[in-house]
Amino acid sequence: MDFADSPEEAAFRERLRAWLADNNPKLGASSTTDEYWEAQPEWHRSLYQGGWFGLSWPEEYGGHGMPSVYDVILDDELANAGAPPRPSLGYLVQGILHHGNDDVKARFLPALISGDDRWCQGFSEPDAGSDLASLRTRAERDDDDYVITGHKVWTSYSDLADWCFLLARTDPDVPKHKGLSVFAVRMDQPGVEQRPLKMINGITREFGEVIFDGARVPAENMIGAPGEGWPLAMTIVSHEREPHELGFASRYRKTVNELQRRVAAEPERYDAEQRRALAWAMVEADMLQRHVSRRLSDRLGGIEHGPEGSIDKLLMTWVEQAVGHAALAVGGAAHDGSDDTDLRTYLYSRAQSVMGGTSQIQRNLIAWRILGLPAS
Amino acid sequence: MDVRLSPEQVALRDAAAQAVARLGPGTVAGLDDADRAARLDAAVVESGWRELRAGDDGGAPWASAVEVALVSEQLGRGCADAAFLGPVLAADLRRLAGAPESDESETVALTPDLGAPARAGGAAVAVDAFGPSTALLLADGDGGTTLATVDVAGRGAGADLTRPTTSVATAEARPVEGARPLAEDDLDRWTALTLAVTAADLVGAMAGAARLTVEYAKERAQYGKPIGSFQAVQHLLADTLVHVEGARSSALHAAWAVDALPAADAVAAAATAKAYASRAALAVCETAVQVHGGIGNTWECMAHVFLRRSLLSTDVLGGIGPNLDRVLRHAGIGGR
Repeated sequence: MDFADSPEEAAFRERLRAWLADNNPKLGASSTTDEYWEAQPEWHRSLYQGGWFGLSWPEEYGGHGMPSVYDVILDDELANAGAPPRPSLGYLVQGILHHGNDDVKARFLPALISGDDRWCQGFSEPDAGSDLASLRTRAERDDDDYVITGHKVWTSYSDLADWCFLLARTDPDVPKHKGLSVFAVRMDQPGVEQRPLKMINGITREFGEVIFDGARVPAENMIGAPGEGWPLAMTIVSHEREPHELGFASRYRKTVNELQRRVAAEPERYDAEQRRALAWAMVEADMLQRHVSRRLSDRLGGIEHGPEGSIDKLLMTWVEQAVGHAALAVGGAAHDGSDDTDLRTYLYSRAQSVMGGTSQIQRNLIAWRILGLPAS
Repeated sequence: MDVRLSPEQVALRDAAAQAVARLGPGTVAGLDDADRAARLDAAVVESGWRELRAGDDGGAPWASAVEVALVSEQLGRGCADAAFLGPVLAADLRRLAGAPESDESETVALTPDLGAPARAGGAAVAVDAFGPSTALLLADGDGGTTLATVDVAGRGAGADLTRPTTSVATAEARPVEGARPLAEDDLDRWTALTLAVTAADLVGAMAGAARLTVEYAKERAQYGKPIGSFQAVQHLLADTLVHVEGARSSALHAAWAVDALPAADAVAAAATAKAYASRAALAVCETAVQVHGGIGNTWECMAHVFLRRSLLSTDVLGGIGPNLDRVLRHAGIGGR
């Protein structure tokens, strides 16, 4: 039982630290400005070209085939350097790795991982949120293509995306979980309309909705088999619950480090309540780093991820929202019209208990799948 | 980095779990079974767990704090009513002071609120006061802080029904033969150990309370269905598991840090875990009382035994407030 770096891990950390000293783009706080999202694709490619992205993914698709514990070191050093977090797309990679055939994996994974292609995830709809399987977007066969009609919403990164990872109904005549399939759909074609959505913290470049009206996708762009959409979607959302697939630990630590520096520089400005909120954020962020170390160490022994992802999602949510409260406590709500980054950080934190499955859904899953309680 | 337990650590954890399952109180009525408690005590003596922090010839502890934490968690999970915390902390103090080992019933004395080690001349209570024994405390000696010992008259009582406490007369403290003064680093190490081990006990207590409550929710029926089928109850129970897992990850790191990191960093890691576990244990044990309903508010239900145990473990060297202050101080942000 050892939290310390092995010699190989320590060498990796040293090389990473040296690289970050020269290549940190020093963007502002994550998810608080549109400028941040505009600069993020370049950061993705830079991280990839430096050899630091996709550490645990297969080498044949541009990853590095390393044990996933290296992601803990990566996130730790990104936070220490005040660098932006790594792009959050591990769950899409996992979905394609687990369900795509060799052709699909070879065609889509390299550019997804390198950042040359940008992807968004078309799952939720206006009438299909927590009850995702009731979605209505249709994909109807027409010769060698499918024709897509429907409305997707809460589609992160849709404004920049080249591709949509689309969950659509291919068979309306079977029970709702059985008639779904997944496609890789080009976004730059007639019949695809992307509309940005403004989040409660004012950013417009992260969130969107997409209208499909007669867009076409070649049948060979189906990921998995016809009707495999639901299990594939569940693979995706289960990985979307995992802090290490998202790399959020570094985002939280970066914010906490920044708040800590400000309070330490002018301690007399902050009262006991503000310090207490900061201390809780420090405790929570530290916990998450240790928790991820524990989970990823278990994988060294071949333990695959399972329903405990719902526990991790709730832990991650509690961390993000404690960090949000600390930002609000330390920075205030900018009533005087001054820089409102802390307010934006706080407001953004409210999304974490909704995105990737609400906290209520996670609690249902824990109750049923882990505690063995009967569904009501 | 590989934070999986070694095979030896797994065996130690399982041995502790089995001893507690076989000889722990099990029920509130079981707490009054003196024969059983004596057998549990004998099993703990036999196991050598109380000597895990005694020193070898070079002054290094026999086992790391991780081993101590693993045992502590299992004892907490089964509400074990046998001395462990006090003797382990006493052995560690003797080791740090280079003093010879005592007989194994020695414990430690803390201030009456349990928030700090007791000092000679001040008010003090001994923890793990299961019978006549001695308790270590600190004294001002020639070369700095030294160890002293006082007699513990007999079995105590207190909030925790599984680990009695009792006042001790520190005016009669005697110096510990062969003990050298404790350096600041020594006291920091001991503080880190104490916080990490009590955090582990809290993880165990909340895991035990959560297990008890989930089992009850599966059996207790209302409206013709188990109460565990109702979403409002399910969400309370789901949160207990989230608290346990977060606290366990933090506590595991704290236990490792006691012997692996510089003393000040070890204290910060332990304070982090202790603050987290203190909040989590209270939430989980209160949920245990709530989900048990009317039964949960009666003496016969084990829920309050877990809650009371958590209150003691929380207060040893401080719960949330003092530990958040330690975390801030370590980051260069002074107290209020």
